Amino acid sequence: MPGESVSEGRTLKKLRSPRELEELRKTIVKEREVQKPSISVCAGTGCNTLGSGSVINAFRAELEKQELTSKVDLLASGCHGFCERGALVVISPQNIFYQRVREKDVSEIVTKTLIEGQVVEHLLYPDPVTGKRIAHEHEVPFYAKQKRLLLENNSRINPESIEDYLYFGGYVALAKVTSGITPEAVIEEIKTSGLRGRGGGGFPTGRKWETTRHAKGDVKYVICNCDEGDPGAYMDRSLMESNPHSVLEGMIIGAYAIGAHEGYIYIRNEYPLAVKNAATAIKLAEEYGLLGDNILGSGFDFHVKISRGGGAFVCGESTALMASLEGKVGEPRAKYVHTSEKGLWDKPSNLNNVETWANVPLIINNGAKWFVGIGTEGSKGTKIFSLVGKVRNTGLVEVPMGITLREIIFDIGGGIPGNKEFKAVQTGGPSGGFIPEKLLDLKVDFDELTRVGSMMGSGAMIVMDENNCMVDMAKYFITFLLGESCGKCLPCREGLKQMHYLLTRITDGKGTMADIELAESLSSTMLDTSLCGLGYSAPNPVLTSLRYFRDEWLAHVEEKRCPAKVCKELITYNITEKCPNCGLCVKACPEKAITPQGKKKPVLLDQKKCIKCGSCYDVCKLNAVQVK
Amino acid sequence: MKVNQRQLKSKMKRILGRNGSDRGMLVSILQDTQAEFGYLSREAITEISKQLDVPLSQVYGVATFFKAFSLTPRGRHQVQVCLGTACHVRGAEKILDTVKRELGIKPGENDKGLNFSLETVNCVGACALGPIVIVDGKYSGEMKIEAVKPLLDGYK
Repeated sequence: MPGESVSEGRTLKKLRSPRELEELRKTIVKEREVQKPSISVCAGTGCNTLGSGSVINAFRAELEKQELTSKVDLLASGCHGFCERGALVVISPQNIFYQRVREKDVSEIVTKTLIEGQVVEHLLYPDPVTGKRIAHEHEVPFYAKQKRLLLENNSRINPESIEDYLYFGGYVALAKVTSGITPEAVIEEIKTSGLRGRGGGGFPTGRKWETTRHAKGDVKYVICNCDEGDPGAYMDRSLMESNPHSVLEGMIIGAYAIGAHEGYIYIRNEYPLAVKNAATAIKLAEEYGLLGDNILGSGFDFHVKISRGGGAFVCGESTALMASLEGKVGEPRAKYVHTSEKGLWDKPSNLNNVETWANVPLIINNGAKWFVGIGTEGSKGTKIFSLVGKVRNTGLVEVPMGITLREIIFDIGGGIPGNKEFKAVQTGGPSGGFIPEKLLDLKVDFDELTRVGSMMGSGAMIVMDENNCMVDMAKYFITFLLGESCGKCLPCREGLKQMHYLLTRITDGKGTMADIELAESLSSTMLDTSLCGLGYSAPNPVLTSLRYFRDEWLAHVEEKRCPAKVCKELITYNITEKCPNCGLCVKACPEKAITPQGKKKPVLLDQKKCIKCGSCYDVCKLNAVQVK
Repeated sequence: MKVNQRQLKSKMKRILGRNGSDRGMLVSILQDTQAEFGYLSREAITEISKQLDVPLSQVYGVATFFKAFSLTPRGRHQVQVCLGTACHVRGAEKILDTVKRELGIKPGENDKGLNFSLETVNCVGACALGPIVIVDGKYSGEMKIEAVKPLLDGYK
């Protein structure tokens, strides 16, 4: 089994042919023949936030204490995806799945499971419907309905070990390609597979590669977009942190097909672990001769550099990203000349997103025909979504294209927590739209999401319940985009400012029907005249909110009422007769607006002092605080 | 942090060298500079401009375009409140209001003793655990209003 011990001690030797790579793989497989029990602890950002770092340390200490260090493999793995239940621990070979593991649980796991062979009942995942504890990872509903092709190895490999990746068939696709498939045939294979760009646009990858290959010029670039500025999406982060070699292998194959010898990985600086793991992967691949000059003895050279983004949403746009790579301000340019002909430093450049690159080795290994068998007519393969917001099982899910929203949100996601009603799901980030309940049976793919006014985007899926106000949500996205607009073109710069003004009037209870009409006509102007995708897709949240939740807008304008009780100017907090003067809200109120009125008498809330922060509502255990 | 000219030059030399004195690496160079000094001083920006042979206006343009950069010194502890969509639907605004009240400053400001700086961020990619507050790079997930004060008190 994979572990940290194997990669140590081997003298590195550059691999000079596919045969040498195969020999090395055989050695690694042989070394791991004796299958030791293994503990895989998720060290992804989510689990790390929940303390997986100290869980790993505790395991290390406990194994030492019990004298098991040489008998059990301990793996700090990439992201397992079920972030809400972190820290996650999987014990192999039984595939026992422990969730919400804390430092204090470690000695029990080692003693009970590893020594005595029993499961620790209270750490197993309880089925939300039956309450029955589920012992194995593959039986947990969150995982059972997924098709984890890209994420599968996340929990099995140490992202810093190239040997772990090689053990699971890493760089086989690269060896296959460089040892006899022509670049044209590689492009043909990707075209046949129907792979479309996972960054949002959904442009056919093979066609992009072909245009760049045929573009004039000797110097060409391939770029990996790991900017992921889309709030609510983190699949690229997870792939880059957990399985960086899969992305790198895809890039090398792409560069070979396109005829590029230099590449860049553009990563947001907000993702320090992704930067670190990508850098390690590049270094190791170079040392093994899988990257650099004369890759696997094929005569093909390819070098990759990492560039760190400065936190600008617009830099996810290809031309803005390239400007930033040149050390300039991240402003987009008009694209009547395609980047595949004139991109970075005015040379032909091919940019793909992290998830797109990670799909490439899978297609080369399994064949385009296999890939075509997954998904829908126009969208092939799987897609990773970050399922977040008001949903029980939050995390990263990988599903075949064509699965319904209902299956994702209710079967995998386990529905809405707290007995609340589902209201909408937002896909595509700030450029996408809201999808209402009546469309939950929509089959998720590029074309269907666009048809209902939203888009695939990079894969954020944010679930909203009855307590979310759809006017407020539209305003949220406009506020976000207002801050992120680069300011180069007028429709986006001024349009967003005016749109924000209109929406603020409405959420403040000052709006009129004319404001709604103006927002609609402003939307169509921005859509038609903005320079780049940020501007022309910016009205989508407003338009879909109006299209599917018009009654909520009318309530704000005509009745000066916020049905979801979110918009501060339109609500008041009141203490009801139920209040027994427990004192919790008195303590919680930051403005000292609540005063006790004596034993068992309801407390008094001074409306003049109330800033509507909702602290009293949140702390009250008896539902004695009412929002009107 | 007061840095004398000689120290600055030698530190900048190291940062530039690490990035291959490549003008394509300008954003990375600015990031490393900010990580080293806590902010981008006029002297540091001038030095970068000179060494990379890039107009000062361009370095300044990039430094002010990206949100991550600060041209003024910041507090000892960096508090970031995530306002990404997943955090927003779970009440990040209320968390931000509470942090603002606790520290007595708005996003983009430092407190009086230069102990805290407050910023909002658009998404840190820990969406499953929103709302998120980050202090000095350490993430706290599933934040509650009443948990804000104890968290910040730990840094006072």
